[in-house]
Amino acid sequence: MATSLSPNTADSVAEAARPKPISLAQDIWRRFKRHRLALIGMVILIVIVVGVIIGPWLWTVPINEIDFGSRLKPPSAAHPFGTDDLGQDLLARMLYGGRISMAVGIAAMLIAIVVGTIVGSIAGMSRGIVDTALMWMTDLFLSLPQLPLLLLIIYLFRDSLKKIVGPEVGVFVMVVVVIGGFRWMPVARLVRAQFLSLREKEFVEAARALGASRTRQVARHILPNALGPVIVAGTIDVAAAIIAESTLSFLGLGFPPDIPTWGRMLFDAKDYLDIAPYWALFPGMLIFLTVLSINYIGDGLRDALDPRRVLG
Amino acid sequence: MTLSGTYVLRRVLIALPSLLGISLVLFTVLALAPGDPFGDIVSNPNIPAEVAANLRKKFGMDDPVMVRYFRWLLAMLQGDWGFSFASRINVDTLILQRLPTTLLVVGSSQILALLIALPVGVYAATRPYSLFDQIANTLTFVGFSLPTFFTGLMLILVFSIQLDWLPFVYRADIASTGWHFYWDHLKQTIMPVTVLALFQAASWTRYVRSAALDVVKLDYVTTARSKGLKESVVVLKHVVRNAMIPVVTLVALQVPAIFGGAIVTEQIFRVPGIGSLLISAILANDTPVIMAVTFVFSCLVISFNLLADILYAWLDPRIALS
Repeated sequence: MATSLSPNTADSVAEAARPKPISLAQDIWRRFKRHRLALIGMVILIVIVVGVIIGPWLWTVPINEIDFGSRLKPPSAAHPFGTDDLGQDLLARMLYGGRISMAVGIAAMLIAIVVGTIVGSIAGMSRGIVDTALMWMTDLFLSLPQLPLLLLIIYLFRDSLKKIVGPEVGVFVMVVVVIGGFRWMPVARLVRAQFLSLREKEFVEAARALGASRTRQVARHILPNALGPVIVAGTIDVAAAIIAESTLSFLGLGFPPDIPTWGRMLFDAKDYLDIAPYWALFPGMLIFLTVLSINYIGDGLRDALDPRRVLG
Repeated sequence: MTLSGTYVLRRVLIALPSLLGISLVLFTVLALAPGDPFGDIVSNPNIPAEVAANLRKKFGMDDPVMVRYFRWLLAMLQGDWGFSFASRINVDTLILQRLPTTLLVVGSSQILALLIALPVGVYAATRPYSLFDQIANTLTFVGFSLPTFFTGLMLILVFSIQLDWLPFVYRADIASTGWHFYWDHLKQTIMPVTVLALFQAASWTRYVRSAALDVVKLDYVTTARSKGLKESVVVLKHVVRNAMIPVVTLVALQVPAIFGGAIVTEQIFRVPGIGSLLISAILANDTPVIMAVTFVFSCLVISFNLLADILYAWLDPRIALS
């Protein structure tokens, strides 16, 4: 009721004075801006992302310069975030680790939403046995114990992948594929639910009546309308993937020890909590701030992308 | 109000194929993995080639995949879970030693999480957009954005190192006796349980709030109020029960994450449960233990999901009838 009424009343009042039509992107941005915490989260995230991208060029201290003369030093002018047990500069290591966390988060999210969208679309468009089988598979994946399986797969495949593509790329590909491979299920369910309702809508029926092929119906009419919740889920998946990668590194089973990731730094720091608490605090706070910002952005996008929500 | 036995039986029968599916996934992962559990034996020059070949034959390594899968499944079902290379005892004995600790920590943290999430979520939903609601909302965001390993380290930093109130290493063999024994046990359980509970409570509070918010607006709640029922009765007897229905579904989806959090927590506080067993087995290349623990985690997830299904039908009797 409210959705159909308010634009009409607004029309009649503002018909003459309406400046110019606003685009979809502008409208989403206008809605997003109203979520104050999402806006703050976005600013913080931009600062962190820009920091880890251009930071290593500005702060040129090497990440692996061992200096036993200045080991476990608290923050100072020479080392703004202090040093670790080998005297390595924590700021440089955190900037480098940030690049890995962000890259893992985004790549795993892309895998999750691509796989999820494909599975969800196929299930949503086909009825009967295909739909049932795909949903059974989705439910099965949802009830898998993810972290134990993640650890199992990494344990079994780590060495052979390292041999094929080298330690860094190998671990990166594996971590991304495995994390993404365990996060597509919610997206698949969302997409399927959207498809089930959208494919019965009048505009899709109209397209069908005009002779649009199935592919065209999906690509032009159904999928674009189903993307809103997928974007929200994808945003939150980035945060979840960053946590998953940090968890693996924290357990000592992620990237090799010489590659500083945020989780790995916490893993190394946990035995020095009494003498060097800052060593654990800084990377931990950075993970927390990044994840919190992304979660708030997701919340803001959820409000902004819901067309049924009427702005007051 | 009573739950029909047929419904429970049906749910159990539906859970069995999922368990089979999971065992298939586990076995596929193991079978696809490069490397050979007998690789050490084959490459060991002290073991003659024919002995190695005989060993392979004895364990059926050269049989077709399907045959190996059914033999493995049959062995798992019979409780023959193999022998731990690292601990030199049977895997099932090892796991049975460790399982109660994990269940104790996970169980009490879930109860604590529920005790936080239920009142906070319902109270926030009855006063939407109030100051309380906004503070609770902010705290839930903070709560599920804090990774469990970071919360754990922070608790150790504050309560073990700064204040020196709580021990940060969990010990299964406490020397003290009498009530001291229970007190020491309680003290060392506080931090692991809190870490897990805070993380779960944060997301559950959100679920409870949004579910209760939907129910509060319904007509039957207004009817209950206009009958002159006390607000507490309206909330406790009319709102909470129906608000719990969607919450149970969402909580069931979170069960794998709960056990994931348990692994991390056990590792931080060195709780001797199956989670820390998994990590040490991975570090020691102890394949039979790794497979068995992963399988036990799968069984736990399935049985908790089953519990959620049954709870769901108890909360919403229409489910059992359809």
